Amino acid sequence: MTPQRAVILWLTAALLLLAACVPPVGVGPTAEPSPAAATPTPVAAQTLVLMSHDSFAATEDVIRQFETAHNVKLEFLKAGDAGEALNKACLSKDNPLADVFFGVDNTFFSRAIGCDIFEPYASPLLADIPDDLKLDPQSRLLPVDFGYVNVNYDRRWFAEKGLAVPQTLRDLTKPEYKGLLVVQNPATSSPGLAFLLTTVAHFGETGSYTYLDFWRDLRANDVLVTDGWSEAYFSHFTVGSGGEGDRPLVVSYATSPPADVYYSEGAKTEPDSGNLSPANATFRQIEFIGILRGTKQRALAEKLIDFLLSPTFQEDIPLQMFVYPANRNAKLPDLFVQFAEVPQQPVQLAPEQIEANRERWIEAWTDVVLR
Amino acid sequence: MAQLEVLQVSKAFDATPVLREVSFAVEAGELVCLLGPSGCGKTTLLRIVAGLEQPDSGQVRFEGQDLAGVPVHRRGFGLMFQDYALFPHKSVAENIAFGLRMAPKEQRLDRQSLQRRVAEMLTLVNLVGYEDRRVHELSGGEQQRVALARSLAPRPRLLMLDEPLGSLDRVLREELMLELRHILKRVGTTALYVTHDQQEAFAIADRVVILQRGRVEQVGAPAAVYRRPATPFVARFLGMQNLLPGRVVALTPQPTVATAVGTFACAGCAPEAAVGAVVTVVIRPDAAAPAASCADGDRRNCLEGTLTELSFRGSQVKIECAVGELGPRFTFDLPGAAAASLPAVGEPLRLRLDPDGVVLLPAGEENSRTDVQ
Amino acid sequence: MYLPRAWRALYLLPLAFMAAFYFYPLLSILQLSLLPGGQPDLSGFRALVERPYLRGVVWFTVWQAAVSTLLTLLLGLPAAYIFAHFEFPGKGLLRALTTIPFVMPTVVVGAAFTTLLGPRGVVNDLLQAALGLDRPPVNLLYTLWIILLAHVFYNATVVVRIVGDFWANLDPRLGEAAAVLGADRWRVLREVTLPLLLPPIAASSLLVFLFCFTSFGVILILGGPRFSTLEVEIYRQAVNYFNLPLAAVLSLVQLVITFAVMAAYTRLQARTSLPLNLRPRSSIAHRPANAREWLAVGAVITLLTAVLVAPLAALAVRSVTLGEGPPSLRFYQALTVNRSQDIFFVPPVLAIRNSLVFSAAATVLSLALGLISAYLLTAPGRAAGRLARWLDPILLLPLGTSAVTLGFGYIVALGRPPLNLRTSLALVPLAYTLIAMPFVVRTLLPALRRLDPGLREAAATLGASPTQVVREVDLPLIWRGLLVAAVFAFTISLGEFGATLLLYRPAYPTMSVVIYRALGQPGLVNYGQALAMSTLLMLVCLGSLLAIERFRVGGQGEF
Repeated sequence: MTPQRAVILWLTAALLLLAACVPPVGVGPTAEPSPAAATPTPVAAQTLVLMSHDSFAATEDVIRQFETAHNVKLEFLKAGDAGEALNKACLSKDNPLADVFFGVDNTFFSRAIGCDIFEPYASPLLADIPDDLKLDPQSRLLPVDFGYVNVNYDRRWFAEKGLAVPQTLRDLTKPEYKGLLVVQNPATSSPGLAFLLTTVAHFGETGSYTYLDFWRDLRANDVLVTDGWSEAYFSHFTVGSGGEGDRPLVVSYATSPPADVYYSEGAKTEPDSGNLSPANATFRQIEFIGILRGTKQRALAEKLIDFLLSPTFQEDIPLQMFVYPANRNAKLPDLFVQFAEVPQQPVQLAPEQIEANRERWIEAWTDVVLR
Repeated sequence: MAQLEVLQVSKAFDATPVLREVSFAVEAGELVCLLGPSGCGKTTLLRIVAGLEQPDSGQVRFEGQDLAGVPVHRRGFGLMFQDYALFPHKSVAENIAFGLRMAPKEQRLDRQSLQRRVAEMLTLVNLVGYEDRRVHELSGGEQQRVALARSLAPRPRLLMLDEPLGSLDRVLREELMLELRHILKRVGTTALYVTHDQQEAFAIADRVVILQRGRVEQVGAPAAVYRRPATPFVARFLGMQNLLPGRVVALTPQPTVATAVGTFACAGCAPEAAVGAVVTVVIRPDAAAPAASCADGDRRNCLEGTLTELSFRGSQVKIECAVGELGPRFTFDLPGAAAASLPAVGEPLRLRLDPDGVVLLPAGEENSRTDVQ
Repeated sequence: MYLPRAWRALYLLPLAFMAAFYFYPLLSILQLSLLPGGQPDLSGFRALVERPYLRGVVWFTVWQAAVSTLLTLLLGLPAAYIFAHFEFPGKGLLRALTTIPFVMPTVVVGAAFTTLLGPRGVVNDLLQAALGLDRPPVNLLYTLWIILLAHVFYNATVVVRIVGDFWANLDPRLGEAAAVLGADRWRVLREVTLPLLLPPIAASSLLVFLFCFTSFGVILILGGPRFSTLEVEIYRQAVNYFNLPLAAVLSLVQLVITFAVMAAYTRLQARTSLPLNLRPRSSIAHRPANAREWLAVGAVITLLTAVLVAPLAALAVRSVTLGEGPPSLRFYQALTVNRSQDIFFVPPVLAIRNSLVFSAAATVLSLALGLISAYLLTAPGRAAGRLARWLDPILLLPLGTSAVTLGFGYIVALGRPPLNLRTSLALVPLAYTLIAMPFVVRTLLPALRRLDPGLREAAATLGASPTQVVREVDLPLIWRGLLVAAVFAFTISLGEFGATLLLYRPAYPTMSVVIYRALGQPGLVNYGQALAMSTLLMLVCLGSLLAIERFRVGGQGEF
C-alpha cells in the first residue's frame, strides 16, 4: 500500500469514528430554525406529539403556521403501516406514545374504537365535513381525508394493442385480459384488502356468482398477486416500472394518475395511466384522526385536530398524500380537477361488518387464489 | 544408477532464486542429509522432491522415471514435516493409519492387516498403548515419533524428513537422533533428511549435501567432508575459523604455502593451483599439538604466538592463539590431556600443525563454487 | 480466556443488556398476549393444533431455511477457499461487493431481481433474442427458487467471511501431509480440510439458518403471497388481525426451534472443537500458478458475479437509465430537491450521515458487548463453563425472534422510567446491537479460543499488567476476528435489520427511510429516487467496508 493510500484510508476511518461520536442530525421541526423562523421563539414552547402511519406527509410551511400560532413544537412519530401503527397505539393504551393519532382508516375503524384509545372531541370543523364520511357519532375518530381504491390501466398500452379497456369488474375475467392484472394480497396490503372488500360488496357472498367465483375466474385468467403495493406498482405495472413490468392493469388508487404526472418532473402533461371506476366497483378509504386517551395536553391536542381539519392543512393534503381532503371548503389543486376522477357510487360496507368478517374473507380468498 | 536423482533443479520465488541448478543423487537405502544454514533452499528442495512445489527447470528422477507430472499423492514418498503436521482431529492410531487408507484400491490393506501394521509401527517407535490418544495430549517427543510412524507406515519408497528434531530440547535431540538413525536403518528405507545442524547431520547421515544460497557446495561422507571441506563456506559452516590467505610456493614433495604467519605444508591435498597462485589456507581446529620449540630442523607447520584464551571442556581444551599484536587469532581443540603441557594465558605458545589438518582452497569469494565434487 | 480481575464487573454489561432489551420486553408482550388480565388465553395453542395450515407454515419455514443454508454453503465455501488461497486483481473490491447485499432493503433487491430475471428482464431478453422464443423462458418470480436464490444472495457473505478467515489461518501443511501420504485433492478435502473447518462452517451455517428461518422481506416481496414463514405469519396475525395470542404462540414456536437448533449446534461444536495450533500467518494467498488454478478462481468469480454482483449492478445501471431519454443522473439530482416543501424531506447527505452515525454507534456498542461476552464464554472454571452453556444460546436468541413481537414488547415494556426508551433515539443502536451481537460473538469466539495461554503468561512474566496483557497480546491477536465482527455489526446496522422493532422518528431519517418513502407513492421520479438512493447506499457501504478492512494494529497481516 502506498503512503498516500494509507493516509486516505486512515482519514476515512477517522471520519467514520468522528461520525460515531456526533449525534444524528434532525430535519423538520427539530432542526435549527429556518431563516424565516429565525425570530427568537419564546422560551418553553410546548411539545405535542403526532403519531401516524409511515405515509403521513405535509408541507413544512403549513406545519410551521400551526407551531407559530400556538407556540408549540410538533413532534412526529411514525409507527409502520396503518395496521401496525394502530396496534402500537392500542398496546400503549395505558401510557400513550403521543397526543394525537393520524390515519385510522375505515377497515381498521372498529378495531380502533374497540381498543378504546380515543377521547371524544366534537370539533367545530366537523360542520364542514360531509356526513357520509362521519362514522363515529361520538366523534372519537374524525374523518380527515379519503381516497378510492380502483383499477388503474396503462392508456398507451391499450391504445397500441387496439384493445378495449375493461368496463366492469367481471370483464377482468375475460380471455382477452388474461395475464394483464396485478393485485395485492389482502392479508398484507391495504389496497389489496380494499379491492377484496370491493369484490365482496360487488358480487356478494351468496347467489349464483359470488366474490369467490369471481376470484376463481381471475385466478384462471392468470392474475398476479404481490404482497405489497410497491412491488405491484413499481415492479409489474407497465407505467409504474418505466416499461419493465408486463401488467397493464393494477389495483391502485384513483389518484395515482395525477401522481404519475406530478412525479414525472414535468416530462408528462397528462398521465400514462387511467382509472377504471365502474359504478359500485370501487372502495372508498376514509382516514380518521383522534385525540389519544390520556394526553396531558388536551387543549393543544384539540387545536391540532382543528388545524388538521382546517382548509390550510386540508388543501395541503392532495399533493402531499394524494388523497382527497375531507373538508368540503378545501380547494382541490388543478391536477386533481383535471386527472383524478371521483368514482361514483363506491361500495358500501360498514366498518363493523369489515372487522367481523375480515379474517374469514381473507382466509377464503387465500384458499381460492393462493392454494 | 542412483535411486533418486536431482538434476539441475532451479526454482525462484517472485524472481528471487531459491535453488540454482542443484544436482545430487541418492542410492537405494542411503540416508542423505541436506545441510545448510536457514534460507539456503533445503526445505524448498525437499518440497520439490515431494511434489509440493514444481521446479522452474531441471528434473527429479526416481528409479529412472521423471517425476514431473506425477502428483504428490502418487509418488509414494513419505514426508515428515517440521512441527509434524499431525491431524488434530484424529487419534494417534488414525494418524498412523491415514496413509494406509489412502493407498490405491488394489493395494489397500484389509481392516486387520491395517490394524496390525499400525501396531507394528507403534512398536517400532516405542509408543505401544498410545493408539487412542489425541495428538494434542502428546509431548513433543511423542508427537515426533507419531509423525515418524505415520510417514513410515505406508512403506514409502523414499522418506523425507524436514528438521524432524528442530523443535525438541537438546537432551531429547541427542537421544532421538541416534534412535532415528537406528529406526531408519532397520527399516532400510531411502531417506532424505533436512537439517541446519552439522552435528546432527554428521551423526545421522551416510552422506551430506551442503547447500548455500541455493547451490550445492559439497557432497560427501561426513568424515570426508570434515577432513576436506571443499570451499571456504563449507569450512566456516563446519565450525572452522582458521582461514587465512597464502601463496603456493612449492608443489613437491608436498604442496606448500607461504602466509603472513609462516609456511605450511599440506598432506593429501591435490593442488589445483600452480606455484605462485593465491589460495585460502584452512587450518582445522584439530590439527595442532603443543610443541617445545620450532627452532629445530623444519620450521614449516609451526605456529608461534601467545596463548590468549583457554577453556577446558573435559575431553577437550579449546584454546586461542594470537600471532603478533594485531595478527590473526587461531582457535584449536586439543586433547584434554594436553592441558597440562600448556603455558599460562598470556605466555608464548608454540604449536606444531599436522599437514593432514591443513587444507588449501581456491582464493576469492567464499560463497561461490562453480564445480561440484 | 479471562479478563483482568478489576474488569470482571464488565461481565454484567451484556447480561444486563440482554435482560433489559430482550427478555424484559419479550416476556412483557408474551404475558400480555397469553395471560391478558391474568387469565390464560389458550386460543393460540388451539389454533396451532386445529389448523393444519399453520403446521405447514412451521414445516416450510424450517425446510426452506435448511435448503437455503445448504445452497449458501455451496456457493460460500468455494468462494471462501478462493479468497483465502489466492491473490487476484480486484480481490478486495469483490469481497466488499459480496457483503453489500447484506445491507440492501428487500424492496430494492426485489426490483433488482425483477430487472434481471423478470418476464421483461435482461436474462429473458437475451435468451428470447438468442433462442428466438416468443415467451420469456425463465419464470422465477414468485417461485421457491427465487426465495432460495435471494437467501444465497443475502447470506453468502456470512460463509465467505467466517469460514474464509479461518481457512486463511489453517496450517497448509496438514493438507500437504495428507497429500504426501497418498490422498488426492478430494480426499484431502474430505478427510482433513472439511473436518478441520467444521467449527466455522457450523457457526456460519447456524447464523445463515437463523437469518433464513426468520426471513420476512424476501418471502413477502420475492416469494409472493403463496409462501409464508413463521415470521410472515406472526406479522399477519399481529398486525392485520391483531390476534396477539396466536402471534405469541407462533413466536414461541420460533423460539423453541431456535433453541433446538442452538442445542444441536452446541453439541456439534463440543465434539468438533480442537485446540488447533492456528498461527496467524501473514498470508498464504498466492497468485494462481497454473491454468487449473486460474480456472477455479475464474469459475468462482463468475459465479459470485452472477449471483451477488449482477443484481447490484442491474440496480445501479437502472438508476441512471430508468425512463426515457439517454442515461443521466437526474434521479440523483432529484434526491436533493424538495419540490413539494415536504416537512419530512431529507437531503441525501443528511440521510447518509445519519445512517453512518447510527451504524458506527451500533458497531462500537456491539463490539464492546460482544467482546465482553466472548471473554465470559471462554472464561476458565466450572462455574463459568456452566454459565457459558446457557449464555451462548441465549445470546443467539434475538436472531430467532420475531421482530414484530419484540417491537410490540418494546412498546409495552419500555414506557416507564428508568427504561423510558420507546421513542428514544438511543433505542436505534440498541436494537441493532441486539441483532449484531450474535455475529460479533460467533466471530470472536474462535479467535479467543485460539489464543495460546502461554503468550499471556509470557507477557505477564515480562511485567505486563493484566490490562496490558489484554491490550498488548489479546487484542492484536484477535484483531482479524474483530475486523470481521466489525464488518458484520456495521452492515447489519446499515441494512437496518431490526428496524421494524422500532418507532421511527422522521426527524432522524436514514438512507433506508428515504428509499421506503420514495417507494410509497406512484410516479417515475419516486421509483428513480429509490434506485438512486439504493445505489448511494451501496457506495457508502462499499466505501465503509474498504475502510474498515484497512484498519491495522500491531503489524497484523492483511484481512
